[in-house]
Amino acid sequence: MSEAQIKSLEEEFEARIARDEKIEPKDWMPEKYRKTHIRQMSQHAHSEIVGMLPEGNWITRAPSLRRKVALLAKVQDEGGHGLYLYSATETLGITRDEMFEQLHSGKAKYSSIFNYPAITWADMGAIGWLVDGAAIINQVALCGTSFGPYARAMVRICKEESFHQRQGYEITLKLAQGTPEQKAMAQDALDRWWWPSLMMFGPKDDESPNTVQSMKWKLKRKTNDELRQQFVDQTVPQAESIGLTIPDPDLKWNEEKQGYDFGEIDWDEFWQVVKGHGPCNKERMKARVSAWENGQWVRDAAMAYAEKQQLRKEKQAV
Amino acid sequence: MKKEWPLWEVFVRSKNGLEHRHFGSLHAADADMALENARDVYTRRNEGVSIWVVESKHITASNPEHNAELFEPAQDKVYRHPTFYDLPDEIKHM
Ligand SMILES: [Fe+2]
Ligand SMILES: [Fe+2]
Repeated sequence: MSEAQIKSLEEEFEARIARDEKIEPKDWMPEKYRKTHIRQMSQHAHSEIVGMLPEGNWITRAPSLRRKVALLAKVQDEGGHGLYLYSATETLGITRDEMFEQLHSGKAKYSSIFNYPAITWADMGAIGWLVDGAAIINQVALCGTSFGPYARAMVRICKEESFHQRQGYEITLKLAQGTPEQKAMAQDALDRWWWPSLMMFGPKDDESPNTVQSMKWKLKRKTNDELRQQFVDQTVPQAESIGLTIPDPDLKWNEEKQGYDFGEIDWDEFWQVVKGHGPCNKERMKARVSAWENGQWVRDAAMAYAEKQQLRKEKQAV
Repeated sequence: MKKEWPLWEVFVRSKNGLEHRHFGSLHAADADMALENARDVYTRRNEGVSIWVVESKHITASNPEHNAELFEPAQDKVYRHPTFYDLPDEIKHM
């Protein structure tokens, strides 16, 4: 293809997206669109999978059967979300094994929030309430994204997320209404998860160079700062209503903008965790890689069995 | 050995009376496992009453680059639609 031909294809492509048409896997697409989507969608899938680790750790220690079935179902959902997203990404021509390889080698990133430890039961509350709450805001914005398989996966995921946040908030609420020790636990979890949750929306707009392109392709509908503001505005009243305090001395209602002003995020910490120096980066990857490696013989055995069965069937047919 | 499990496409009938609809795909060693995995991945909330799985490699898809030859010929065949035919207003039930 000549350069002029590619250029006109690209223009037609951008025009289709601008008209709100969806792009499907076999359609022609610019290489950059394909690569950007493989990167973002696989990272999203990795986040769901790694996201099972901090919570999975608490399933056996849930304080009641009610809490246990809810947490189990939530963690299973996250595994499902990872699977929807992996298969949606595979339609762009990358294999599942290649994606796992990128995750395990550290080449692909996942959401930094999962590199923080879940120390007490109250963290199960804070994670569902804040982390899933922030994820919902990001994901709702993606339901209308331009790549068909991604948008469809997001619609399915968003339907399932709401219970995650509600069960988390319920855990926090019950602790906040409990003994002084229980309330202190809830406050402590909020103190530790608040700032990392704000970081989930990514760098500030002026340090987020891909925003313009992502807006065009509808990978973003609002900027990082707009989404972060939305999260703060909706979460502050939820904390107040159960008597917990957001750990930010600069937090103040701003009548003029009809939203909260809030303090500066510790961006050094953000970049440290992104670069692999968070409290649990190594532990998470170790758990993930060992699960994958220890499962190898099971996957091999299943494949060998399937091939043997197939062979037997073919022989009988002769 | 290191052999990736094949990819399967999953179709789910959400309730009797409706057709099976494409829900997504997954990896499994064989058809039985594909069905079981499809149940866990795609019907955790009563989304279905029946599941079909088919190995992705068995699906032949049309090429969007040929969409013009394939689908445009239907565009100028307005006589396939009822509104093409002029009838007097007083004619009812037609
Ligand atoms: Fe999720
Ligand atoms: Fe979730």
